[in-house]
Formats: sequence, structure tokens, C-alpha cells
Amino acid sequence: MFGPGLDKIKAVVIGTSAGGLRALKCIIEKLPAQFDIPILIVQHLSPQSGSFLPNYLGQFTHLQVKEAEPNEPILNGYVYIAPANYHLLVEKDKKLSLTVDEKVNFSRPSIDLLFESAAEAFLDQLLAILLTGANNDGAKGIIRIHQLGGTTIAQHPESAEVKTMPQSAIETGNIDWVLHLNEISVFLSQMAEKKS
Amino acid sequence: MDSHKQNAHLLHVQDVETELLLEAIFRVYGYDFRNYNRAHIKRRIVQRQNQMGLDSISAFQHLLLRDKEVMKQVLKDLSINVTEMFRDPPFYESMRKEVVPVLKTYPYIKTWHAGCSTGEEVYSFAILLKEEGLDKRTQIYATDFNPAALEVARKGIYPISRMKEYTANYQKSGGTQSFSDYFIAKYDAAILDQSLRHNIVFAEHNLVTDSVFAEVNLIICRNVLIYFDKQLQNKVLQMFSESLTKNGYLGLGSKESLMFSAVKDEFEVVDAEQKIYRKKIQSAG
Repeated sequence: MFGPGLDKIKAVVIGTSAGGLRALKCIIEKLPAQFDIPILIVQHLSPQSGSFLPNYLGQFTHLQVKEAEPNEPILNGYVYIAPANYHLLVEKDKKLSLTVDEKVNFSRPSIDLLFESAAEAFLDQLLAILLTGANNDGAKGIIRIHQLGGTTIAQHPESAEVKTMPQSAIETGNIDWVLHLNEISVFLSQMAEKKS
Repeated sequence: MDSHKQNAHLLHVQDVETELLLEAIFRVYGYDFRNYNRAHIKRRIVQRQNQMGLDSISAFQHLLLRDKEVMKQVLKDLSINVTEMFRDPPFYESMRKEVVPVLKTYPYIKTWHAGCSTGEEVYSFAILLKEEGLDKRTQIYATDFNPAALEVARKGIYPISRMKEYTANYQKSGGTQSFSDYFIAKYDAAILDQSLRHNIVFAEHNLVTDSVFAEVNLIICRNVLIYFDKQLQNKVLQMFSESLTKNGYLGLGSKESLMFSAVKDEFEVVDAEQKIYRKKIQSAG
């Protein structure tokens, strides 16, 4: 249904802000237990939120959900969450790194930083998904991913709690698929099936 | 499709140029960023290159190697300059509860703030020591590789706009006084109480290329190791272990851990959440 070339995807990056908790839950809970492509998530959160998000999302899946740690290798079967107040980046050797650099787009973690660094590490083997959110973090990252041959999805703005973020990404002209949340789940499941 | 390939080629060239640049910086200026995690370093270099209107890292390297002023700018770009007073209040709270009571039993205390940047966290600790009555018998070494950051640190003058946030941090950290007692407001600056500086020595020290310079009872090095690759992390942790007295304490950033490091067995955990460790009496080193 979703076209050729997706069997090469080696990593999925997801960015979201306002409204993201519900959207992430929707996607995560429908992933097959044997989904064997690592997922990296930036969700804008309050610096005080601690390890709330990995604990929360962990309830809805059999996949291992954990907070990203510095120099950690990216493994299949894991969902990595950027810690609050740290940027999450992907290194060339497919390890994770964290920084406490300035905020980007008023955000730390920044979706752009994850997307751009993941694009440079995974090239055309990356799938990026941008969900609901109230600012335009992620739009630049989407452009970089597309430049390097990766595949991009934006949540359909009509189905997003806050449409600014997916809308900004769509307006860059670098989004391959505009999908509703349930379609994103189907997309991911089909992708994992093709791979196995 | 072809444009993807061309872009991937350019990316590869850029990555090679980054390696060459770091090698050249080390050979010409002695600053060693070769074992820093690359994604962050490269982003900063490309940003600077773009700001200077240059079309490649090679062109940037040409200028950088010839102009020391450009190198100064790059040092600023590559040093970690995001910090705050009483950053992570629970860390200070735990220091007060777990570490200070032991320090109080010592006649004389030396502490080392490694990678102190512009000094906010050093002064925070100086305030904590003062409130615990330890300031008179403590020597604080505060080091960083970036002279420009140390310059700011020595002055102890910070934007008044941050004081509201710092006050909240201070209160959450278990501070016993009124935070406004520690600074004077002048226009848009907050000038820290100069007496806080009396027992602090600010000095240039590079964790990558310099070695141990003193035996200390406590090392605080927060959000520095996250920028290093595993190998460099271990090297620096080894140096910390050598620098600590038996039973000395080590405080790291909230996402930094000794758990998978080469010195893991030389330390015991004091506070797992706040990343506070204590060197064992009988350690391998």
C-alpha cells in the first residue's frame, strides 16, 4: 500500500510538541511486539518532567521504552526518548549523544537537532514522523532528511490537536506522506512486515 | 535520486573535512577535540563557517589555522556555555545531606570544579559551603579550557534577568538564607558578593590534554563528559580517580554515570539519582 523502498528503513525518528502525548500513545500502542526497527522520540516537555515519558509510553507496548543515554548504541526493539532539558543527537556510528547546548526553536530537546543528525547518520534508511505541535521545530530537520533520501511523514493537520508543527513541515514541500494517526500505525506495521 | 547521492557525497566530504580540521587544530593550537562526540562539534563548526560566509570547512580551516582570533571564536563555539546557578537543585540538596556532613569532619578541604565554564555552578557551591560554615577552610579550584569563559567566571557578574530563575533554584536546593543577599543589582547586572570569591582559584586546565594538578576531596564535573566519546570519558574519569583522596567524592551531571565506565569498581554510589559517587578506600588505583 505504501510503496517501494521502505524495506530499507533502519531507524524511525518522531518529533512532537503540544498534544504529543496522546498522539504518541496512539502510535506506540499499535506497534507489533516484534517491531524490530529502533524508534527515537523528541517530545517537548517541561525540564522538571523527569522520566515521566518513558514510564508512560512503556505501559502501552512490549517494546523496551527508555530514556536515551550518552554514547548508547541504537538497538532494534528499543524506543529511545530524549531526556527533558537535553538535546538528543545521533552519531555517525549510530550511537546516541546528549548535549546541554542552547535551546533551538526555543526547545531543548530540539526536533531539528535529532532529525538533522539522524539524517546524516542513516541517510536514505531513515523514516521521520512529525506529529502535532505548536511551533515549527522539525521543519528544517525534515528538509535535511529529504536531501539525503530519507522518507518523511507529517500527521494530517486536520487530525492534529495543534496543527502548526505538521503544517510547517508540509509547507517546506519535503513531506512524502500526509497521514492520519491510525494510518501512521498501519504504515509502520506494514514497513516492519516487509522487512521481516 | 541522483541528488540524494550527490548530497550524501557532499556530506561525506564534510565529515572528512571535519576530521582534518580537528587534527589541524590539535597540531597547530594544541586543543584536542578529536575524541569529542562528532555530531555536536560538526554542527558548531558548520554554523561558524556559514556565519563567516565561507562555502566549505576547508576554506574555514585555511583561515582558522592562520588567524588566532578565529581560533578564539572557535574555542567559544566548542565550549559548553549553557549553565545556571543551582542547576538541578536536588543535586545541591543531596550534596548538603550526604557529602557536607563528612566534609565537616575534615580540618581542610579542597574541591575541584572541572569544566566550570562561566562559573555559575562554582559560585553556587561556594554559597552552599558558606551556609554550612565550611568556606573558611575550603580551597576551591575552578578550571576550564576556555580563557574567555574563565574571564566571565572571575568577574562573577551575571544578567539580572536570570536571578528570578536562580532564586527559585536556590530555594529548591535547600538554601538557608535569602538568595538576594548574595548579589547586588546594578542596571541589568547582578554582581555576586565578592567575598564568595576569596577561596576560589580560577585556572586554565584542559581535561583532555592536561593532567592531575592537586589531590582533592571532591570533584564536581557536570555535563562535560556527555560531550566525550567512551575512550576519552574513561581517560578523564581515570584522572579524576587519581586526583581524589581516598574516600573523596565525585559529582557528575544528571545523565552521566560511572556505571559502564572503566573506573566503576573504584567508586561506590552515594546517590544514584543525583550521580554522586565516593572513591573506595581500597581501590585498584
